[in-house]
Amino acid sequence: MTNTLHVPTPQEITEPALAGKTETMVLNMGPHHPSTHGVLRLVVELDGEVVVNVAPDVGYLHTGIEKTMESKTYQKAVVLTDRMDYLAPLSNNLCYALAVEKLLGVEIPERVQVIRVLLVELQRIASHLVWLGTHALDLAAMSVFLYAFREREQILDIFELVSGARMMTSYIRVGGLAYDVPAEFLPTVDALLRIMPERIDEYESLLTGNPLWLERTVGVGVIDAESAIAYGLTGANLRATGVPYDVRKAMPYSGYETYDFEIPVGKNGDNYDRYRVRMAEMRQSVKIARQAWERLSALGPGPYTTLDRKVAPPPKSEITHSMEALIHHFKLWTEGFKPPRGDAYVSIESPRGILGCYVVSDGSPKPWRVHFRAPSFINLQALAHMARGRLVADLVALIASLDPVLGEVDR
Amino acid sequence: MGIEEKAGDLGVITTSLEYVVNWGRTNAMWPLLFGLACCAIEMMGAQSANYDLSRFGMEINRASPRQADLMIVAGRVSRKMAPVVRRLYDQMSDPKWVIAMGDCAACGGIFNNYAIVQGVDEVVPVDVYVAGCPPRPEALIHGIMLLHEKVKREKISGKKEDPIRLSQPLIQVDVARK
Amino acid sequence: MDNQTLLNRITSRFPDAIVESTEFRGDLSLSVRPEHYLALAQFLRDDPALRYTFLENLCGVDYLGRTPRFEVVVHLVSMQHLHRVCLKVGAPEEHPHVPSLTPLFATANYQEREAYDLLGIVFDGHPSLTRILMPDDWLGHPQRKDHPLVEEEIAFTFNQEQIYAHKPFAKQ
Repeated sequence: MTNTLHVPTPQEITEPALAGKTETMVLNMGPHHPSTHGVLRLVVELDGEVVVNVAPDVGYLHTGIEKTMESKTYQKAVVLTDRMDYLAPLSNNLCYALAVEKLLGVEIPERVQVIRVLLVELQRIASHLVWLGTHALDLAAMSVFLYAFREREQILDIFELVSGARMMTSYIRVGGLAYDVPAEFLPTVDALLRIMPERIDEYESLLTGNPLWLERTVGVGVIDAESAIAYGLTGANLRATGVPYDVRKAMPYSGYETYDFEIPVGKNGDNYDRYRVRMAEMRQSVKIARQAWERLSALGPGPYTTLDRKVAPPPKSEITHSMEALIHHFKLWTEGFKPPRGDAYVSIESPRGILGCYVVSDGSPKPWRVHFRAPSFINLQALAHMARGRLVADLVALIASLDPVLGEVDR
Repeated sequence: MGIEEKAGDLGVITTSLEYVVNWGRTNAMWPLLFGLACCAIEMMGAQSANYDLSRFGMEINRASPRQADLMIVAGRVSRKMAPVVRRLYDQMSDPKWVIAMGDCAACGGIFNNYAIVQGVDEVVPVDVYVAGCPPRPEALIHGIMLLHEKVKREKISGKKEDPIRLSQPLIQVDVARK
Repeated sequence: MDNQTLLNRITSRFPDAIVESTEFRGDLSLSVRPEHYLALAQFLRDDPALRYTFLENLCGVDYLGRTPRFEVVVHLVSMQHLHRVCLKVGAPEEHPHVPSLTPLFATANYQEREAYDLLGIVFDGHPSLTRILMPDDWLGHPQRKDHPLVEEEIAFTFNQEQIYAHKPFAKQ
């Protein structure tokens, strides 16, 4: 079992080829290549047009985020989490915030949790839309990209409404949210959730039964459930093999256990099943977001952070007349809060799979170590297993189907 | 029945060669299909239906550096990626221009650490810097139009013009809530 | 599956493998002796009552000034029992060697390479332990605590002359 699940390195392919010991051709794809979704380099060993072996070479976007976070206070490090998985910044914010909150042991008000769930589910839809657009683009279906980005812009407008930024929101902070949602939030989300189901139907009508699409996706990049777990595949990639593992159900966080939704699963673990699973996930996200929307409407106005003033700063209105609030505000932004010594690990279901955050505290206002379990990084290991014996063109489709985000791979 | 009747006698147009060449260069500028990080997603957003970058004759992104004349460095450049960026720039044929899109490409942005090159201008010469993290698609379009202005002022002898001085701030951010 | 049942089952099989077990906010972490680390991970994976088949996370931590200085943290998940356990194994400063989990869990491959690249922890028995994120010719391990962050000075009016002296193109 060990040998079949080996993940090759670029050197393993290039060295025998340079020594002239092989009959095959070695092709370098990337780091600048139109279909590698960022700066991913692939060293592909080819026999004619058939992939014999492929080794991903990552690190071209290594940003040193984990190290930089060690030099920031807990509150300020939130900004860096946005830039990891830049298609799902709110999921990263949430994962980091949950880990630090676990370390602190603070209670989060229900209203905050509902807004978090609502935004993260919208983020999942936005992220899957980029995946859908680029996946179709890689298989030369240009129009799906334009349709997908039309709805994505609408979701980004909602993020801009709540946080002021389209992509890098840093909206979910440790202890709650950055500020309260504006009054226009609920009607805007309502309008989006109303049109979304029929828009998903529209994408499906373009692709699901399309013979060209079926030709390129069915039976391509197959992986079985056992190997998928061994490689650590998560998210839609794992669920397409038939394993119904979703952190939202398995180890619920932010109150996901109270929402009614299903985990879509595939059967064959090929590109087509991954496509079907993600499309179904978008529908489930709409369902969850609608439930969260109803709860938020019922809850009405309320707190947007925890009431523990040692963790989250008081609102501006309080600062103007309360000395104590002013001191809390000053202490928080000059020094920060000090979690107890210890370590905490939290994992959430990001659009790409299980996103984990491991935070070690030494009792100071800065984290001693932050590590992210990046789903794209780990999903990439299965690429060689899935691509062997297929054509180069299928390799391109496969990368898009695995949906890696290089910012997260390299961190 | 044609344009001659409407516009009168258009038999001969006199203009300078410089103007015609620069007019041609600005209105068919082909960017290199090259995304690094977060800003690349906003660049994709700028090319999608809502912002429609092809209004400026720029809808063709060229995957090969040999066919491109504009390099939009969209995102942070790591020390491992910097030689690749330089090589791509060297492979582009003259005349060529570079836009540093986003704070990371302009100056390193929030990543002041061992892994990130503090501004892509350490590696390639940059013509226009676009601020933002990431810049909105409108900001990128503004940057491209600024580059067009710059190209129009270029001399055919190859002598570089003075940089454009702005009388007003580059991007007016609308901070008021909608 | 709860933490106490798991702990009892492990201690009945490996009475002296665990140095310390802590429970923080409901999560169980076990500090394991290096010589029992591999056997314990295999036991957790293969025991029919446990089935911790999914290695969720593996990372290294540099506790500078503590012995042992390095620590490898592994989070194993049982998809059957929906339970997570954390194993920690120490590695000394001069000779940071830890047995590799890659033969047991294929997913540990990249994560161990990352820990080797950024922290310099050597995983014995890893099939291809090379740098993964940093360039191949990079010197040092940047995530170690004694490695500086290598910040570049920001130009202000009082120090801009010095900065322009060694970075002449910055002025343009």
